[in-house]
Amino acid sequence: MRHAAPAARQLQHTCQQFRTICSSSVSASGWFGNVEQAPKDPILGVTEAYLADDNPEKINLGVGAYRDDLSKPVVLNVVRAAEEKVMGKLFMEYLPIGGLKSFTEKSVKLAYGDSAQCIQDARVAAVQSLSGTGSCRLFAEFMHRYMPGAAVYIPKPTWANHHNIFRDAQVEQKGFRYYKPDTRGLDFEGLMDDLQAADEGSVVLLHACAHNPTGVDPTPEQWQQLSKLMLKKHLYPFFDMAYQGFASGDCDRDGQAIRIFLDDGHNLGCSQSYAKNMGLYGQRIGCLSLVCADKAEASAVESQIKAIARAMYSNPPVHGALLVDNILGTPEIKQQWYDEVKGMAERIIDMRTLLQQNLEKSGSSLPWKHVTEQIGMFCFSGISPEQVDLLAKEHSIYMTRNGRISMAGVTSRNVDRLAAALHKVTS
Amino acid sequence: MAPHSQDSSSARRLKVLSGHVARGSESSPAIERQNTSAGQSVWSQVPQAPPDAILGVTEAFKADKSPKKLNLGVGAYRTEEGKPVVLDVVKEAEQRIVNSPTGDKEYLGIGGLPEFCRLSAQLAYGECSKVLQEGRVAVVQSLSGTGSLRVGGEFLAAHYPHKIIYLPTPTWANHNKIFPNAGLEVRKYRYYLPRTRLLDYEGMMEDLKSAPQGAVVLLHACAHNPTGVDPSPQQWEGIRSIIQQRQLLPFFDSAYQGFASGSLERDATAVRMFADAGMELLLSQSYAKNMGLYGERVGALSVVTTDPKTTKKVESQLKQVIRPMYSNPPRHGAAIVAMILGNPKLYEHWKVELKGMADRIITMREKLHQALVDQGAPGDWSFILKQIGMFSFTGLTKEQVTNMTNKWHIYMTFDGRISMAGLSASCCSYLAEAMIDSYKNA
Repeated sequence: MRHAAPAARQLQHTCQQFRTICSSSVSASGWFGNVEQAPKDPILGVTEAYLADDNPEKINLGVGAYRDDLSKPVVLNVVRAAEEKVMGKLFMEYLPIGGLKSFTEKSVKLAYGDSAQCIQDARVAAVQSLSGTGSCRLFAEFMHRYMPGAAVYIPKPTWANHHNIFRDAQVEQKGFRYYKPDTRGLDFEGLMDDLQAADEGSVVLLHACAHNPTGVDPTPEQWQQLSKLMLKKHLYPFFDMAYQGFASGDCDRDGQAIRIFLDDGHNLGCSQSYAKNMGLYGQRIGCLSLVCADKAEASAVESQIKAIARAMYSNPPVHGALLVDNILGTPEIKQQWYDEVKGMAERIIDMRTLLQQNLEKSGSSLPWKHVTEQIGMFCFSGISPEQVDLLAKEHSIYMTRNGRISMAGVTSRNVDRLAAALHKVTS
Repeated sequence: MAPHSQDSSSARRLKVLSGHVARGSESSPAIERQNTSAGQSVWSQVPQAPPDAILGVTEAFKADKSPKKLNLGVGAYRTEEGKPVVLDVVKEAEQRIVNSPTGDKEYLGIGGLPEFCRLSAQLAYGECSKVLQEGRVAVVQSLSGTGSLRVGGEFLAAHYPHKIIYLPTPTWANHNKIFPNAGLEVRKYRYYLPRTRLLDYEGMMEDLKSAPQGAVVLLHACAHNPTGVDPSPQQWEGIRSIIQQRQLLPFFDSAYQGFASGSLERDATAVRMFADAGMELLLSQSYAKNMGLYGERVGALSVVTTDPKTTKKVESQLKQVIRPMYSNPPRHGAAIVAMILGNPKLYEHWKVELKGMADRIITMREKLHQALVDQGAPGDWSFILKQIGMFSFTGLTKEQVTNMTNKWHIYMTFDGRISMAGLSASCCSYLAEAMIDSYKNA
């Protein structure tokens, strides 16, 4: 129903006029009397229900923000240190439209590898963006303008907001098979079949690591095969990387899929977020990069992405960029960050191990090995919406109705109770 | 035939390259490309965009080696010494926030920091405002002025039946990009009268009278950018009356509250006049200039509706626009603003610093005007004193502006706009000389 190309917009406008003929003049309820209440955000709903519960042993497995073993949010030490250095020393002037160049240069190296050929060739267009969402939206708008008519293929399932982003950018969406409920793993045959049948020249959205919401990632061998297929079928890879370092604890390992595609000669696109791996959620710091054919093309592409950004928010927020730039800026601090992000990843992996062990010990007849086979912040438990509701009502354990568990909400204190409750509702 | 997955990466690349060469495509064999059709890169048709008109000025300035150069381009405040400024209250607030033991860096809600939203609305509409007391204002934190305007524009494109917005002639260049991108059709209303370098009130009223019922009208709340020309309170009442009669929807862009006259209340006159008259409206607020938080991107978008129920629905739909754009806003700047607005001592201190900035600008206007008079500038330059805020529309033509830059190393935008904030007392003479020369000879 939103804005569209000029002729289509005219048609929409006319239809809209017919529909709102009653509200086309100011009524007693004013200009906005016909605005409808938007549906509630499902994830937010989980948090609200959790907050309203007065059971002291309640567990929140909803939102995807890291928590320590005491269920507290964490500010990384390297972030605190960076903030001390940055604060009060610098002015708060506007950044250029494309953001802090020093930051984007380091960010691209982190994603593609320090010595990536495309970086050496200076053919990567990169702009600082508003975390992952902002990167994806810039790309979607850019794709709408410069790949007119092309559709984006999105894995089933995916982060819900992907659908909103491409919808608002007026890009047609198609789906490809990804998650296999039977195995709680990857439907690789389905994925390859669907992309084999995809229209040439389409964009394929890929989660670089730690797929959200399933935690199911392709193996390196599967990434290799997918890369070859996409070259053959002229499909454009767009990677959403929101968990580099956070998935396995190793930034290079988590960037492997992207590196495989680069090595194969793909000129890909990448959205990076520092929300989770640096705990900079509220700073909204990310990077959009597009590998181009050559320097001139990169310059043109970057200039057009900047034009999109200028009309959306003019220039990105400076604070988070300075922090990341500082952290990635010296080898010692970067190493400290690697260690801290590894620590977070390892706690999650430990919780997965504990949860699976407890479930297996509980006498459950169901398979639970997916708990440790899946990776990253989320575990797609495989339980039904009704079972999710039961967990909330009878056990004060909260998660989204698709059965997605945020492992960050699991602690050594609550993992036993969680396992017991899961066993109870599934037996 | 797909290469074996155990190939080394260089062997794989060689295979891709030889594949290109074998196909005899137009693509350069030395460059690896993702081809969606024979030999064409996906982005090969993307044209280089022209540099941003306003931001391009600063870049040209930086490249200039002349010791006399003056940057009167971008609208960021500068001290007498030509330095940017971080307000004392901002430094203080930032310290407290960063050192706070309970502070974290978690996501804000989609609508931003609630305290920030509440206090921003109070700042704009007045603490005792009827619209606030009656719960009729939907407020969301946004990405400074640009972000507020874009979210407001997209909301209107999705939910408002009349997708036309009237912009003043001239207006901030970025308005012309924001609203079409948001899905609204842009039309113009007369505003600036070149002959007087002041408001074309009759022209404006005529154009508003002939606007279709329900059209949106963008109004600069104070310190019009780029002209510095504001309606008087009486003229505002006339404008308000026509807008109400014609059932047009006002959308205020307030980027200079407190910065224009030095008084927060005085600069909010127009907005409050409309709100107090019971009108629905949209308001974009920016803290870039008045708190010097430029790069932190802090602003607020508010929508005044008829009743609390509608307000809730509108707020929910504003969030629907925000979520697919950037999910939730950056917290750092908003926390600083909330602390300053919410703490009486810091608030008072801020008002003093703000007045200091506004007063320096007003002093620059006086000094520039005096220098022009002293140097015998032909004609009446008193418009410099009548215009208000950071900018002055000098009336210089494109050719004259080119002369200003090429001969005098003075950087400004081609529309003749100068940023008074970039001036210092010691440069007024030089600027006056350059203006007179350009006016007479270019």
